[in-house]
Amino acid sequence: MAEHDLPLLVVDGVSATYNHAIAALQGVSFAVRRGEIVALLGANGAGKTTALKALSNLLPAERGQITAGSIRFDGRDVTATAPADLVRSGLVQVLEGRHCFRNLTVEENLITGGIGRSARRPEIADDLEKIYLQFPRLKAKRRTLAGLTSGGEQQMTAIGRALMSRPRLLVLDEPSMGLAPLVVRDIFETLRKLNQETGLAILVAEQNSTVALKYAHRATILENGISVLSDSTENLRNGNDVTKFYLGERTVPLAVAKPANQLTEAGT
Amino acid sequence: MSGFDWQFFVEVLIGGLLSGVMYSLVAIGFVLIYKTSGVLNFAQGAMLLFAALTFVSLVERGVPFALALIITFAVMVVIGIAIERVVLRPLTNRSPMTLFMATLGLSYILEGAAQLIWGTQVHGLDLGIDDVPFEVGGVLISQFDLFAAAIAAALVLFLSVFFRYTRVGLAFRAVADDQFAALAVGLRLPRIWATVWAVAGLVALVAGLLWGARLGVQFSLSLVVLKALPVLVLGGFDSIPGAIVGGLLIGATEKLAEVYIGEYFGGGTESWFAYVVALAFLLIRPSGIFGQKLVERV
Ligand SMILES: Nc1ncnc2c1ncn2[C@@H]1O[C@H](COP(=O)(O)OP(=O)(O)O)[C@@H](O)[C@H]1O
Ligand SMILES: [Mg+2]
Repeated sequence: MAEHDLPLLVVDGVSATYNHAIAALQGVSFAVRRGEIVALLGANGAGKTTALKALSNLLPAERGQITAGSIRFDGRDVTATAPADLVRSGLVQVLEGRHCFRNLTVEENLITGGIGRSARRPEIADDLEKIYLQFPRLKAKRRTLAGLTSGGEQQMTAIGRALMSRPRLLVLDEPSMGLAPLVVRDIFETLRKLNQETGLAILVAEQNSTVALKYAHRATILENGISVLSDSTENLRNGNDVTKFYLGERTVPLAVAKPANQLTEAGT
Repeated sequence: MSGFDWQFFVEVLIGGLLSGVMYSLVAIGFVLIYKTSGVLNFAQGAMLLFAALTFVSLVERGVPFALALIITFAVMVVIGIAIERVVLRPLTNRSPMTLFMATLGLSYILEGAAQLIWGTQVHGLDLGIDDVPFEVGGVLISQFDLFAAAIAAALVLFLSVFFRYTRVGLAFRAVADDQFAALAVGLRLPRIWATVWAVAGLVALVAGLLWGARLGVQFSLSLVVLKALPVLVLGGFDSIPGAIVGGLLIGATEKLAEVYIGEYFGGGTESWFAYVVALAFLLIRPSGIFGQKLVERV
Protein backbone atom coordinates (compact mmCIF):
# COMPACT_ATOMS: atom_id res chain seq x y z
CA MET A 1 0.00 0.00 0.00
CA ALA A 2 0.96 3.59 -0.51
CA GLU A 3 0.66 4.00 3.25
CA HIS A 4 4.11 2.58 3.58
CA ASP A 5 5.71 5.31 1.52
CA LEU A 6 4.41 7.93 3.90
CA PRO A 7 6.94 9.24 6.37
CA LEU A 8 6.72 7.57 9.78
CA LEU A 9 6.01 10.89 11.44
CA VAL A 10 4.40 13.88 9.77
CA VAL A 11 4.07 17.16 11.62
CA ASP A 12 2.05 19.50 9.46
CA GLY A 13 1.48 23.18 10.13
CA VAL A 14 1.22 22.77 13.88
CA SER A 15 0.51 25.75 16.11
CA ALA A 16 0.38 25.41 19.86
CA THR A 17 -0.28 27.53 22.92
CA TYR A 18 0.16 27.19 26.66
CA ASN A 19 -2.78 28.05 28.91
CA HIS A 20 -4.72 29.06 25.78
CA ALA A 21 -2.62 32.21 25.79
CA ILE A 22 1.11 31.98 25.20
CA ALA A 23 1.78 31.09 21.58
CA ALA A 24 4.72 28.68 21.51
CA LEU A 25 4.41 27.26 17.98
CA GLN A 26 3.00 29.07 14.95
CA GLY A 27 3.23 26.72 12.03
CA VAL A 28 5.74 23.94 12.41
CA SER A 29 6.17 21.32 9.72
CA PHE A 30 8.64 18.50 9.37
CA ALA A 31 8.68 14.78 8.79
CA VAL A 32 10.72 11.75 9.80
CA ARG A 33 10.99 8.83 7.40
CA ARG A 34 11.70 5.25 8.38
CA GLY A 35 15.37 4.60 9.04
CA GLU A 36 16.27 8.26 9.19
CA ILE A 37 17.90 10.51 11.78
CA VAL A 38 16.35 13.97 11.78
CA ALA A 39 17.54 16.91 13.86
CA LEU A 40 15.30 19.69 15.10
CA LEU A 41 17.53 22.71 15.61
CA GLY A 42 16.90 26.07 17.15
CA ALA A 43 17.95 28.46 19.87
CA ASN A 44 16.67 28.34 23.41
CA GLY A 45 12.94 29.12 23.40
CA ALA A 46 12.52 28.38 19.69
CA GLY A 47 9.84 25.79 20.42
CA LYS A 48 11.73 22.48 20.10
CA THR A 49 10.48 21.04 23.36
CA THR A 50 6.93 22.18 22.68
CA ALA A 51 7.01 20.52 19.27
CA LEU A 52 8.29 17.26 20.75
CA LYS A 53 5.73 17.28 23.55
CA ALA A 54 3.04 17.93 20.98
CA LEU A 55 4.03 14.90 18.94
CA SER A 56 4.00 12.60 21.99
CA ASN A 57 0.64 14.09 23.01
CA LEU A 58 2.18 15.30 26.26
CA LEU A 59 1.10 18.92 25.85
CA PRO A 60 -2.24 18.49 27.66
CA ALA A 61 -0.36 17.37 30.78
CA GLU A 62 1.54 20.68 30.65
CA ARG A 63 -1.55 22.81 30.04
CA GLY A 64 -0.66 23.16 26.40
CA GLN A 65 -2.97 22.96 23.40
CA ILE A 66 -2.55 22.34 19.71
CA THR A 67 -4.54 25.04 17.95
CA ALA A 68 -3.87 24.20 14.31
CA GLY A 69 -2.30 21.59 12.10
CA SER A 70 -2.00 17.86 12.41
CA ILE A 71 0.46 15.27 13.62
CA ARG A 72 0.42 11.73 12.33
CA PHE A 73 2.56 8.85 13.51
CA ASP A 74 2.38 5.88 11.20
CA GLY A 75 -0.93 7.20 9.93
CA ARG A 76 -2.50 7.59 13.35
CA ASP A 77 -3.70 10.93 14.68
CA VAL A 78 -1.37 11.62 17.60
CA THR A 79 -3.61 14.14 19.31
CA ALA A 80 -6.39 11.57 19.57
CA THR A 81 -4.13 8.88 21.05
CA ALA A 82 -3.21 8.56 24.73
CA PRO A 83 0.53 8.93 25.43
CA ALA A 84 0.61 5.37 26.75
CA ASP A 85 -0.84 4.08 23.47
CA LEU A 86 1.67 6.09 21.45
CA VAL A 87 4.46 4.38 23.40
CA ARG A 88 2.88 1.01 22.67
CA SER A 89 2.71 1.85 18.98
CA GLY A 90 6.43 2.63 18.93
CA LEU A 91 6.74 6.39 19.47
CA VAL A 92 8.91 6.89 22.53
CA GLN A 93 10.45 10.09 23.86
CA VAL A 94 13.44 10.84 26.05
CA LEU A 95 12.41 14.04 27.77
CA GLU A 96 14.45 17.19 28.08
CA GLY A 97 16.45 17.06 31.32
CA ARG A 98 16.39 13.23 31.22
CA HIS A 99 13.67 12.81 33.84
CA CYS A 100 15.03 9.61 35.33
CA PHE A 101 13.11 8.21 38.26
CA ARG A 102 15.65 9.38 40.78
CA ASN A 103 14.57 7.19 43.67
CA LEU A 104 14.52 4.06 41.54
CA THR A 105 17.63 2.09 40.71
CA VAL A 106 19.03 2.25 37.20
CA GLU A 107 17.66 -1.21 36.48
CA GLU A 108 14.23 -0.36 37.86
CA ASN A 109 14.23 2.69 35.61
CA LEU A 110 14.90 0.47 32.63
CA ILE A 111 12.18 -1.98 33.65
CA THR A 112 9.56 0.77 33.76
CA GLY A 113 10.15 1.14 30.02
CA GLY A 114 9.22 -2.52 29.61
CA ILE A 115 6.13 -2.11 31.76
CA GLY A 116 5.25 0.94 29.67
CA ARG A 117 4.75 -1.27 26.65
CA SER A 118 3.18 -4.09 28.69
CA ALA A 119 6.02 -6.50 27.93
CA ARG A 120 6.15 -9.94 29.49
CA ARG A 121 8.82 -10.82 32.01
CA PRO A 122 11.14 -12.88 29.76
CA GLU A 123 11.02 -10.13 27.14
CA ILE A 124 12.01 -7.58 29.73
CA ALA A 125 14.94 -9.73 30.85
CA ASP A 126 16.08 -10.11 27.22
CA ASP A 127 15.77 -6.40 26.52
CA LEU A 128 17.70 -5.57 29.68
CA GLU A 129 20.65 -7.61 28.47
CA LYS A 130 20.56 -5.81 25.13
CA ILE A 131 20.55 -2.41 26.82
CA TYR A 132 23.50 -3.45 28.99
CA LEU A 133 25.37 -4.40 25.82
CA GLN A 134 24.71 -0.95 24.37
CA PHE A 135 25.54 0.82 27.61
CA PRO A 136 28.01 -1.25 29.69
CA ARG A 137 28.18 1.62 32.19
CA LEU A 138 24.58 0.98 33.10
CA LYS A 139 25.25 -2.64 33.95
CA ALA A 140 27.87 -1.60 36.47
CA LYS A 141 25.41 0.87 38.00
CA ARG A 142 22.29 -1.28 37.79
CA ARG A 143 21.71 -1.32 41.55
CA THR A 144 22.50 2.38 42.08
CA LEU A 145 19.70 4.90 42.53
CA ALA A 146 19.45 6.82 39.27
CA GLY A 147 19.50 10.12 41.17
CA LEU A 148 22.98 9.31 42.42
CA THR A 149 24.52 8.63 39.01
CA SER A 150 26.31 11.15 36.79
CA GLY A 151 24.55 13.28 34.19
CA GLY A 152 25.85 11.08 31.38
CA GLU A 153 24.70 7.91 33.11
CA GLN A 154 21.29 9.45 33.68
CA GLN A 155 21.04 10.29 30.00
CA MET A 156 21.98 6.70 29.15
CA THR A 157 19.42 5.43 31.66
CA ALA A 158 16.74 7.61 30.09
CA ILE A 159 17.68 6.41 26.59
CA GLY A 160 17.87 2.79 27.76
CA ARG A 161 14.46 3.13 29.40
CA ALA A 162 13.03 4.41 26.12
CA LEU A 163 14.67 1.58 24.19
CA MET A 164 13.05 -0.93 26.56
CA SER A 165 9.75 0.12 24.96
CA ARG A 166 11.08 -1.15 21.61
CA PRO A 167 10.50 2.11 19.75
CA ARG A 168 10.20 2.51 16.00
CA LEU A 169 10.79 6.23 16.38
CA LEU A 170 13.01 7.40 19.22
CA VAL A 171 12.57 11.06 20.06
CA LEU A 172 15.23 12.82 22.13
CA ASP A 173 15.06 16.33 23.54
CA GLU A 174 18.51 17.88 23.90
CA PRO A 175 20.43 14.77 24.94
CA SER A 176 23.68 16.76 24.94
CA MET A 177 22.47 19.28 27.50
CA GLY A 178 24.96 19.75 30.33
CA LEU A 179 27.20 16.87 29.29
CA ALA A 180 30.92 16.82 28.54
CA PRO A 181 31.79 16.66 24.81
CA LEU A 182 33.18 13.14 25.10
CA VAL A 183 30.00 11.86 26.72
CA VAL A 184 27.92 13.63 24.07
CA ARG A 185 29.98 11.93 21.36
CA ASP A 186 29.49 8.54 23.04
CA ILE A 187 25.76 8.99 23.16
CA PHE A 188 25.47 10.11 19.56
CA GLU A 189 27.72 7.26 18.41
CA THR A 190 25.39 4.82 20.16
CA LEU A 191 22.37 6.43 18.55
CA ARG A 192 24.00 6.23 15.12
CA LYS A 193 24.84 2.57 15.70
CA LEU A 194 21.25 1.83 16.68
CA ASN A 195 20.05 3.61 13.58
CA GLN A 196 22.43 1.76 11.28
CA GLU A 197 22.03 -1.68 12.82
CA THR A 198 18.32 -1.74 13.54
CA GLY A 199 16.95 0.94 11.24
CA LEU A 200 15.54 2.79 14.23
CA ALA A 201 14.24 6.20 13.17
CA ILE A 202 15.48 9.01 15.41
CA LEU A 203 14.29 12.56 15.91
CA VAL A 204 16.60 14.66 18.04
CA ALA A 205 16.10 18.25 19.17
CA GLU A 206 19.36 20.10 19.78
CA GLN A 207 20.75 23.54 20.41
CA ASN A 208 24.14 21.99 19.77
CA SER A 209 23.86 22.15 15.99
CA THR A 210 27.46 21.10 15.33
CA VAL A 211 26.94 17.67 16.87
CA ALA A 212 23.43 17.24 15.52
CA LEU A 213 24.41 18.16 11.97
CA LYS A 214 27.22 15.64 12.14
CA TYR A 215 25.00 12.69 12.99
CA ALA A 216 21.62 13.52 11.42
CA HIS A 217 20.63 12.93 7.80
CA ARG A 218 18.29 15.87 7.64
CA ALA A 219 17.48 18.80 9.86
CA THR A 220 14.68 21.29 10.40
CA ILE A 221 15.45 24.66 11.90
CA LEU A 222 12.95 26.32 14.22
CA GLU A 223 12.88 29.98 15.01
CA ASN A 224 10.29 31.65 17.23
CA GLY A 225 7.92 28.74 16.88
CA ILE A 226 8.15 28.57 13.10
CA SER A 227 9.99 25.96 11.06
CA VAL A 228 12.04 28.19 8.80
CA LEU A 229 14.23 25.72 6.97
CA SER A 230 14.45 22.00 6.25
CA ASP A 231 17.24 20.39 4.31
CA SER A 232 19.73 17.55 4.27
CA THR A 233 22.47 18.03 6.82
CA GLU A 234 25.01 17.82 4.04
CA ASN A 235 23.59 20.94 2.44
CA LEU A 236 23.21 22.60 5.79
CA ARG A 237 26.81 21.88 6.78
CA ASN A 238 28.24 23.32 3.62
CA GLY A 239 25.58 25.88 4.03
CA ASN A 240 24.96 29.16 2.45
CA ASP A 241 24.47 32.37 4.37
CA VAL A 242 20.85 31.65 5.22
CA THR A 243 21.85 28.49 7.03
CA LYS A 244 24.62 30.21 8.89
CA PHE A 245 22.19 32.88 9.90
CA TYR A 246 19.86 30.42 11.55
CA LEU A 247 22.62 28.40 13.09
CA GLY A 248 23.92 31.36 14.97
CA GLU A 249 26.18 33.30 12.64
CA ARG A 250 23.99 36.29 12.10
CA THR A 251 24.99 37.79 8.78
CA VAL A 252 21.73 37.86 6.86
CA PRO A 253 18.61 39.86 7.71
CA LEU A 254 15.57 37.79 8.55
CA ALA A 255 13.63 39.02 5.52
CA VAL A 256 15.94 37.14 3.16
CA ALA A 257 15.01 33.80 4.62
CA LYS A 258 12.32 31.98 2.77
CA PRO A 259 9.78 29.97 4.72
CA ALA A 260 10.54 26.30 4.89
CA ASN A 261 9.80 23.52 2.55
CA GLN A 262 6.71 21.50 2.83
CA LEU A 263 7.46 17.87 2.94
CA THR A 264 3.92 17.08 3.71
CA GLU A 265 1.69 17.22 0.68
CA ALA A 266 0.73 13.65 1.52
CA GLY A 267 -0.30 14.80 4.98
CA THR A 268 -3.93 15.72 4.56
CA MET B 1 9.35 10.62 96.72
CA SER B 2 11.33 7.51 96.01
CA GLY B 3 12.68 8.44 92.61
CA PHE B 4 11.25 7.81 89.18
CA ASP B 5 8.92 4.84 88.63
CA TRP B 6 10.51 3.35 85.51
CA GLN B 7 8.14 0.47 85.29
CA PHE B 8 5.18 2.78 85.08
CA PHE B 9 6.98 4.96 82.54
CA VAL B 10 7.63 1.99 80.28
CA GLU B 11 4.03 0.93 80.61
CA VAL B 12 2.76 4.33 79.53
CA LEU B 13 5.33 4.47 76.75
CA ILE B 14 4.34 1.10 75.34
CA GLY B 15 0.66 1.95 75.57
CA GLY B 16 1.40 5.17 73.70
CA LEU B 17 3.46 3.47 71.01
CA LEU B 18 0.76 0.90 70.43
CA SER B 19 -1.96 3.47 70.01
CA GLY B 20 0.47 5.37 67.79
CA VAL B 21 0.44 2.41 65.45
CA MET B 22 -3.18 3.14 64.71
CA TYR B 23 -2.39 6.77 63.90
CA SER B 24 0.27 5.49 61.55
CA LEU B 25 -2.27 3.37 59.73
CA VAL B 26 -4.50 6.32 59.00
CA ALA B 27 -1.51 8.39 57.95
CA ILE B 28 -0.26 5.71 55.56
CA GLY B 29 -3.53 5.89 53.68
CA PHE B 30 -2.92 9.62 53.21
CA VAL B 31 0.68 9.18 52.12
CA LEU B 32 -0.11 6.56 49.48
CA ILE B 33 -2.48 8.85 47.67
CA TYR B 34 -0.47 12.02 48.20
CA LYS B 35 2.72 10.45 46.85
CA THR B 36 1.21 9.22 43.63
CA SER B 37 -1.30 11.88 42.75
CA GLY B 38 -0.44 14.89 44.89
CA VAL B 39 -3.94 14.82 46.37
CA LEU B 40 -4.34 15.50 50.05
CA ASN B 41 -7.16 13.07 50.63
CA PHE B 42 -9.32 14.42 53.40
CA ALA B 43 -11.79 11.63 52.69
CA GLN B 44 -9.44 9.02 54.17
CA GLY B 45 -11.33 9.27 57.48
CA ALA B 46 -14.69 8.87 55.78
CA MET B 47 -13.36 5.88 53.86
CA LEU B 48 -12.28 4.39 57.16
CA LEU B 49 -15.72 4.97 58.64
CA PHE B 50 -17.43 3.61 55.57
CA ALA B 51 -15.33 0.45 55.67
CA ALA B 52 -15.89 -0.18 59.37
CA LEU B 53 -19.60 0.50 59.09
CA THR B 54 -20.05 -1.75 56.09
CA PHE B 55 -18.18 -4.54 57.80
CA VAL B 56 -20.08 -4.26 61.08
CA SER B 57 -23.43 -4.07 59.37
CA LEU B 58 -22.67 -7.16 57.32
CA VAL B 59 -21.57 -9.10 60.37
CA GLU B 60 -24.66 -7.96 62.26
CA ARG B 61 -26.78 -9.33 59.43
CA GLY B 62 -25.22 -12.72 59.91
CA VAL B 63 -22.55 -12.64 57.21
CA PRO B 64 -19.55 -14.72 58.34
CA PHE B 65 -16.50 -12.76 59.43
CA ALA B 66 -14.21 -13.74 56.54
CA LEU B 67 -16.86 -13.20 53.89
CA ALA B 68 -17.75 -9.82 55.36
CA LEU B 69 -14.08 -8.89 55.17
CA ILE B 70 -13.88 -9.85 51.52
CA ILE B 71 -17.10 -8.06 50.60
CA THR B 72 -16.03 -4.92 52.42
CA PHE B 73 -12.68 -4.96 50.68
CA ALA B 74 -14.40 -5.35 47.32
CA VAL B 75 -16.68 -2.43 48.16
CA MET B 76 -13.66 -0.30 49.10
CA VAL B 77 -11.93 -1.15 45.83
CA VAL B 78 -15.02 -0.17 43.87
CA ILE B 79 -15.30 3.07 45.83
CA GLY B 80 -11.61 3.80 45.23
CA ILE B 81 -11.90 3.27 41.51
CA ALA B 82 -15.11 5.28 41.35
CA ILE B 83 -13.50 8.19 43.17
CA GLU B 84 -10.58 8.21 40.75
CA ARG B 85 -12.84 8.03 37.74
CA VAL B 86 -15.70 10.32 38.71
CA VAL B 87 -14.06 12.90 40.93
CA LEU B 88 -10.34 13.08 40.27
CA ARG B 89 -9.95 12.37 36.59
CA PRO B 90 -12.15 15.27 35.50
CA LEU B 91 -10.09 17.47 37.82
CA THR B 92 -6.67 16.57 36.42
CA ASN B 93 -4.42 19.62 36.14
CA ARG B 94 -6.42 21.57 38.71
CA SER B 95 -4.72 23.17 41.68
CA PRO B 96 -3.97 21.08 44.79
CA MET B 97 -6.48 23.26 46.64
CA THR B 98 -9.27 22.32 44.24
CA LEU B 99 -8.42 18.66 44.66
CA PHE B 100 -8.34 18.99 48.43
CA MET B 101 -11.76 20.66 48.40
CA ALA B 102 -13.02 17.85 46.20
CA THR B 103 -11.93 15.25 48.75
CA LEU B 104 -13.48 17.35 51.51
CA GLY B 105 -16.79 17.21 49.64
CA LEU B 106 -16.19 13.55 49.04
CA SER B 107 -15.86 12.84 52.73
CA TYR B 108 -19.33 14.33 53.31
CA ILE B 109 -20.78 12.29 50.48
CA LEU B 110 -19.24 9.10 51.86
CA GLU B 111 -20.47 9.83 55.36
CA GLY B 112 -23.92 10.67 54.03
CA ALA B 113 -23.99 7.50 52.01
CA ALA B 114 -22.90 5.46 55.01
CA GLN B 115 -25.66 7.04 57.09
CA LEU B 116 -28.23 6.43 54.39
CA ILE B 117 -27.30 2.80 53.91
CA TRP B 118 -26.45 1.69 57.41
CA GLY B 119 -28.25 4.17 59.68
CA THR B 120 -26.82 6.30 62.44
CA GLN B 121 -26.69 4.05 65.48
CA VAL B 122 -23.44 3.11 67.17
CA HIS B 123 -22.29 -0.42 66.53
CA GLY B 124 -20.09 -2.49 68.73
CA LEU B 125 -17.41 -4.31 66.82
CA ASP B 126 -15.97 -7.45 68.34
CA LEU B 127 -12.88 -8.79 66.65
CA GLY B 128 -12.74 -11.60 69.19
CA ILE B 129 -9.79 -10.15 71.04
CA ASP B 130 -10.19 -9.59 74.77
CA ASP B 131 -8.67 -6.43 76.05
CA VAL B 132 -7.17 -8.12 79.06
CA PRO B 133 -3.82 -6.63 79.93
CA PHE B 134 -1.03 -9.10 80.47
CA GLU B 135 2.23 -8.69 82.21
CA VAL B 136 5.75 -8.79 80.80
CA GLY B 137 8.51 -8.23 83.36
CA GLY B 138 6.20 -6.28 85.61
CA VAL B 139 4.89 -4.11 82.78
CA LEU B 140 1.22 -4.29 81.89
CA ILE B 141 0.46 -4.44 78.17
CA SER B 142 -2.96 -4.29 76.56
CA GLN B 143 -3.58 -7.44 74.59
CA PHE B 144 -5.79 -5.65 72.11
CA ASP B 145 -3.22 -2.93 71.46
CA LEU B 146 -0.62 -5.57 70.84
CA PHE B 147 -2.93 -7.36 68.44
CA ALA B 148 -3.65 -4.12 66.61
CA ALA B 149 0.06 -3.38 66.36
CA ALA B 150 0.71 -6.84 64.95
CA ILE B 151 -2.00 -6.42 62.32
CA ALA B 152 -0.68 -2.99 61.41
CA ALA B 153 2.86 -4.32 61.15
CA ALA B 154 1.66 -7.15 58.92
CA LEU B 155 -0.11 -4.67 56.68
CA VAL B 156 2.95 -2.45 56.43
CA LEU B 157 5.08 -5.47 55.61
CA PHE B 158 2.62 -6.55 52.96
CA LEU B 159 2.62 -3.07 51.41
CA SER B 160 6.42 -2.88 51.42
CA VAL B 161 6.71 -6.20 49.64
CA PHE B 162 3.98 -5.20 47.22
CA PHE B 163 5.64 -1.92 46.31
CA ARG B 164 9.15 -3.32 46.24
CA TYR B 165 8.70 -6.50 44.26
CA THR B 166 5.67 -6.24 42.00
CA ARG B 167 5.29 -4.49 38.68
CA VAL B 168 2.37 -2.48 39.92
CA GLY B 169 4.50 -1.49 42.89
CA LEU B 170 7.32 -0.38 40.60
CA ALA B 171 4.90 1.60 38.46
CA PHE B 172 3.53 3.17 41.63
CA ARG B 173 6.98 4.24 42.77
CA ALA B 174 7.76 5.60 39.31
CA VAL B 175 4.62 7.73 39.29
CA ALA B 176 5.36 8.92 42.81
CA ASP B 177 8.86 9.88 41.69
CA ASP B 178 8.16 11.72 38.45
CA GLN B 179 4.65 11.83 37.09
CA PHE B 180 5.53 13.46 33.79
CA ALA B 181 8.27 10.93 33.09
CA ALA B 182 5.87 8.13 33.98
CA LEU B 183 3.44 9.47 31.42
CA ALA B 184 6.17 9.67 28.77
CA VAL B 185 7.35 6.15 29.54
CA GLY B 186 3.86 4.87 28.76
CA LEU B 187 2.59 4.03 32.23
CA ARG B 188 -1.17 4.23 32.44
CA LEU B 189 -1.60 6.79 35.19
CA PRO B 190 -5.37 6.45 35.64
CA ARG B 191 -5.00 2.72 36.19
CA ILE B 192 -2.23 3.28 38.74
CA TRP B 193 -4.27 5.93 40.54
CA ALA B 194 -7.24 3.60 40.71
CA THR B 195 -5.00 0.90 42.18
CA VAL B 196 -3.64 3.30 44.74
CA TRP B 197 -7.14 4.32 45.78
CA ALA B 198 -8.03 0.66 46.12
CA VAL B 199 -4.97 0.07 48.32
CA ALA B 200 -5.88 3.14 50.35
CA GLY B 201 -9.29 1.53 50.72
CA LEU B 202 -7.64 -1.60 52.11
CA VAL B 203 -5.66 0.48 54.58
CA ALA B 204 -8.86 2.29 55.54
CA LEU B 205 -10.56 -1.04 56.08
CA VAL B 206 -7.87 -2.35 58.42
CA ALA B 207 -7.63 0.93 60.30
CA GLY B 208 -11.41 1.20 60.47
CA LEU B 209 -11.76 -2.26 61.99
CA LEU B 210 -9.06 -1.67 64.59
CA TRP B 211 -10.30 1.79 65.56
CA GLY B 212 -13.87 0.59 65.41
CA ALA B 213 -13.14 -2.30 67.73
CA ARG B 214 -11.64 0.08 70.20
CA LEU B 215 -14.00 3.05 70.07
CA GLY B 216 -17.14 1.47 68.66
CA VAL B 217 -18.20 2.06 65.10
CA GLN B 218 -19.80 5.48 65.03
CA PHE B 219 -19.64 8.60 62.97
CA SER B 220 -16.98 10.25 65.07
CA LEU B 221 -14.70 7.56 63.66
CA SER B 222 -14.14 9.68 60.59
CA LEU B 223 -12.55 12.26 62.88
CA VAL B 224 -9.48 10.08 63.40
CA VAL B 225 -8.42 11.78 60.21
CA LEU B 226 -7.69 14.78 62.42
CA LYS B 227 -5.33 12.62 64.45
CA ALA B 228 -3.46 11.80 61.27
CA LEU B 229 -2.67 15.41 60.43
CA PRO B 230 -0.05 15.96 63.16
CA VAL B 231 1.43 12.59 62.26
CA LEU B 232 1.78 13.74 58.67
CA VAL B 233 3.32 17.03 59.67
CA LEU B 234 5.82 15.13 61.75
CA GLY B 235 6.60 12.37 59.27
CA GLY B 236 6.26 14.27 56.01
CA PHE B 237 3.29 13.91 53.69
CA ASP B 238 5.20 11.81 51.21
CA SER B 239 6.97 9.26 53.37
CA ILE B 240 5.61 5.92 54.52
CA PRO B 241 8.43 5.36 57.04
CA GLY B 242 7.68 8.91 58.17
CA ALA B 243 4.03 8.04 58.71
CA ILE B 244 5.04 5.04 60.82
CA VAL B 245 7.60 6.83 62.94
CA GLY B 246 5.41 9.94 63.14
CA GLY B 247 2.49 7.89 64.38
CA LEU B 248 4.61 6.18 67.02
CA LEU B 249 6.09 9.48 68.17
CA ILE B 250 2.73 11.19 68.42
CA GLY B 251 1.20 8.21 70.18
CA ALA B 252 4.02 8.03 72.72
CA THR B 253 4.42 11.73 73.46
CA GLU B 254 0.68 12.15 73.68
CA LYS B 255 0.31 9.45 76.34
CA LEU B 256 3.40 10.53 78.25
CA ALA B 257 2.21 14.13 78.25
CA GLU B 258 -1.21 13.11 79.45
CA VAL B 259 0.22 11.15 82.33
CA TYR B 260 3.13 13.34 83.40
CA ILE B 261 2.18 16.92 82.61
CA GLY B 262 -1.57 16.54 82.08
CA GLU B 263 -2.38 17.62 85.62
CA TYR B 264 -0.83 21.05 85.06
CA PHE B 265 -3.31 21.66 82.26
CA GLY B 266 -6.26 20.20 84.07
CA GLY B 267 -6.06 16.95 82.11
CA GLY B 268 -7.39 16.23 78.64
CA THR B 269 -4.11 17.07 76.93
CA GLU B 270 -4.59 14.07 74.66
CA SER B 271 -6.95 15.95 72.40
CA TRP B 272 -4.57 18.75 71.52
CA PHE B 273 -1.04 17.82 72.53
CA ALA B 274 -0.30 16.18 69.19
CA TYR B 275 -0.98 19.48 67.48
CA VAL B 276 1.43 21.34 69.72
CA VAL B 277 4.13 18.79 68.95
CA ALA B 278 3.38 19.06 65.24
CA LEU B 279 3.41 22.85 65.36
CA ALA B 280 6.72 22.93 67.18
CA PHE B 281 8.09 20.51 64.66
CA LEU B 282 6.78 22.52 61.75
CA LEU B 283 8.92 25.44 62.92
CA ILE B 284 12.06 23.33 63.09
CA ARG B 285 11.71 21.10 60.05
CA PRO B 286 8.87 21.94 57.68
CA SER B 287 9.39 18.94 55.38
CA GLY B 288 8.97 16.42 58.20
CA ILE B 289 11.41 13.82 59.50
CA PHE B 290 11.54 11.82 56.30
CA GLY B 291 9.94 14.31 53.95
CA GLN B 292 11.54 14.47 50.58
CA LYS B 293 14.53 16.73 50.55
CA LEU B 294 14.29 18.60 47.31
CA VAL B 295 17.19 17.16 45.38
CA GLU B 296 18.61 19.54 42.86
CA ARG B 297 17.93 18.55 39.29
CA VAL B 298 21.11 18.23 37.29
N1 LIG C 1 5.00 25.05 30.38
C1 LIG C 1 5.03 26.23 29.70
N2 LIG C 1 4.13 27.20 29.99
C2 LIG C 1 4.13 28.37 29.32
N3 LIG C 1 5.00 28.68 28.34
C3 LIG C 1 5.94 27.78 28.00
C4 LIG C 1 5.99 26.50 28.67
N4 LIG C 1 7.01 25.80 28.13
C5 LIG C 1 7.56 26.59 27.18
N5 LIG C 1 6.92 27.78 27.10
C6 LIG C 1 7.23 28.86 26.14
O1 LIG C 1 7.11 28.36 24.84
C7 LIG C 1 8.18 28.82 24.03
C8 LIG C 1 8.94 27.66 23.45
O2 LIG C 1 9.62 26.98 24.49
P1 LIG C 1 10.30 25.58 24.29
O3 LIG C 1 9.40 24.72 23.48
O4 LIG C 1 10.66 25.08 25.64
O5 LIG C 1 11.60 25.92 23.45
P2 LIG C 1 12.98 25.16 23.31
O6 LIG C 1 12.78 23.76 23.72
O7 LIG C 1 13.34 25.32 21.87
O8 LIG C 1 13.96 25.87 24.19
C9 LIG C 1 9.04 29.71 24.92
O9 LIG C 1 8.67 31.04 24.66
C10 LIG C 1 8.67 29.31 26.29
O10 LIG C 1 8.76 30.40 27.17
MG1 LIG D 1 13.80 22.70 25.11
